Amino acid sequence: MTMENGFIHTTFNDRDETPEIAESIKIEVKNLDLFYGDKQALNSINMDIYTKKITALIGPSGCGKSTFLRCINRMNDLVPNCRVEGFIGIDGHDVYDKDIDVVAVRKRVGMVFQQPNPFPKSIYENIAYAPLMHDIVKKGKECDELVERSLKGANLWEEVKDKLRDPGTALSGGQQQRLCIARAIAVEPDVILMDEPTSALDPISTEKIENLMLDLKKNYTIVIVTHNMQQAARIADYTAFFHMGNLIEYSDAKTLFVNPKEKKTEDYITGRFG
Amino acid sequence: MKEQNDNYFYIPQIKRRNQKAALFKGATIMAIVFSVSFLIFFLVDLGRSGYPAFFQTYVKMEVTINEETVENPYAAVKGKNLKIASRAWLRDLPSEVKQNPTWMNTTREHWVLANSEVDQYVKGKESRTKQNDRDYVDELKEKGFVELKFNTIFLTTGDSKIPENSGIYSSIIGTVMTIIVTMLIAFPIGVMTAIYLEEFAPDNRWTQIIEVNINNLAAIPSILFGLLGLAIFINFFGVPRSSPLVGGMTLALMCLPVIIVSSKASLKSVPASIRQAGFGLGLTKWQIVRDHVLPLAMPGIMTGSIISIAHALGETAPLIIVGMIAFVPDAATSFTDAATVLPAQIFTWAGMPEKAYLERTAAGIIVLLAVLLSMNAGAVYLRKKFERKW
Repeated sequence: MTMENGFIHTTFNDRDETPEIAESIKIEVKNLDLFYGDKQALNSINMDIYTKKITALIGPSGCGKSTFLRCINRMNDLVPNCRVEGFIGIDGHDVYDKDIDVVAVRKRVGMVFQQPNPFPKSIYENIAYAPLMHDIVKKGKECDELVERSLKGANLWEEVKDKLRDPGTALSGGQQQRLCIARAIAVEPDVILMDEPTSALDPISTEKIENLMLDLKKNYTIVIVTHNMQQAARIADYTAFFHMGNLIEYSDAKTLFVNPKEKKTEDYITGRFG
Repeated sequence: MKEQNDNYFYIPQIKRRNQKAALFKGATIMAIVFSVSFLIFFLVDLGRSGYPAFFQTYVKMEVTINEETVENPYAAVKGKNLKIASRAWLRDLPSEVKQNPTWMNTTREHWVLANSEVDQYVKGKESRTKQNDRDYVDELKEKGFVELKFNTIFLTTGDSKIPENSGIYSSIIGTVMTIIVTMLIAFPIGVMTAIYLEEFAPDNRWTQIIEVNINNLAAIPSILFGLLGLAIFINFFGVPRSSPLVGGMTLALMCLPVIIVSSKASLKSVPASIRQAGFGLGLTKWQIVRDHVLPLAMPGIMTGSIISIAHALGETAPLIIVGMIAFVPDAATSFTDAATVLPAQIFTWAGMPEKAYLERTAAGIIVLLAVLLSMNAGAVYLRKKFERKW
């Protein structure tokens, strides 16, 4: 790492574990094209996302990284005139299969958004609502336990255990975002997608969420879109660089930030454009 | 001049600019003074002309009750008294006697309702009472035999051709029943339509055409809805005319566009992030709308619906067409009975030649405003109850 490349202050988290040679693939993306009407927004993306790792998607605004993220749980279905071609498989099962209900896909693939968006209900209801609707738990003790488990999983339990009936929107921004994460893991997904989860938060809340993500990857595969390269460097195992709808470079995070193969990647991470 | 140039904060046009600002502020204040004074004038005038209708003149006079006068009640009071007693009161005497059998075969003093002309004279208004009757009333007044009592008749009876016997009760009942029908039809259909158009409908030419037409319907003269109600509900479906049912359905047609438009607007104002959160959790559209979007939109939906139903409450034109302007003395007991509504009753009274109806017209408006305000108060309460902090 040199001074020139502009992120001298970044230290990689001390991951002593050497990456396993043969990681198991969780999400397989093949020849993914996406069109908004006539405009092509993603060009033939090929990418393997590995189980129980954090994969960061970086790139300048409008490069298609969020669009790509939203393909994985088919959120783009909600956008009129949006057309997706190609293959995305989770554990080998085609997400875009005609026989698959999109609701079932989103139960497997949770999502956390840029702006914390708790429901205007109590903290308890925020978490319990979706699992009850999915019949994961029954009302009563079982549900209480799930709420506690999810809040503990999101490192929020200690802060809110005495005020579960308070509105979720009364929490601070960082707490709200952790509530949203707790809500996502309450549905027991395999994959969690995060669309710039900390860009609306202060540095201390951001650190809490980053630590939480490192905890969460023990159980979940995490894909995160971030504008913050230091963040990607701090937490990601793998990093993908998108530009103009193309996947320019994808490798383990260390390699991408220290020895980028592509000129464009290097220019971007050293701040020459973006 | 020198002084100004020495002033560090001097701006050449500052005086003129401030004058303009003051002028504009003055104009806005004038506007509000103007409208508030109109409102005050209206309310004061209404109160002044309507207030006397809540009191009615009673005269203490000798009433003879026996077999003969029960047969012919006009013989119960004698001479000059017959000229000032209300014929309606005398007409009701036999049934009063039936309820109070001890009155039979007595001749004693009763407080007898005076007729409307005497009443107007006692209230100091223009009256057709003859001079010798006036003298007689003045004479009685000095003896303390003339009194203004609270007018229970006005609040407990329906319309009548005898002014002092006419009341607002049947039209209050008619209005309440009509509005119940309107609410039960317009609110669910309107909100459902808005939910479909805002949350479920694809954005294509058909839905755009539907939306444009709904917006236009909101601006259609209400009398056309009356014609529509006449053609469809009465002539085609055979719903009884003049009934709260047909009136309510007609008003529902009129309310629907406004309810749809305002409900759509308040659904639209619910942030997209709430829906995104729901989709991200794998909820179905209906679950998201029912449990997350609708509760947030509810206050806005309620406000719009209340405004439109309150508007319907004061609507007369479409109800004239479906026959709710008819002379209806008795309160409706079912939704298919003939009924009249407050604004129609007010309209009818306003056209009557007797002066006594004039104050009843104003009093009717007071009652209409009271019904309207209490409905709005109830609605505000409901809205507060539904409102969520977030």
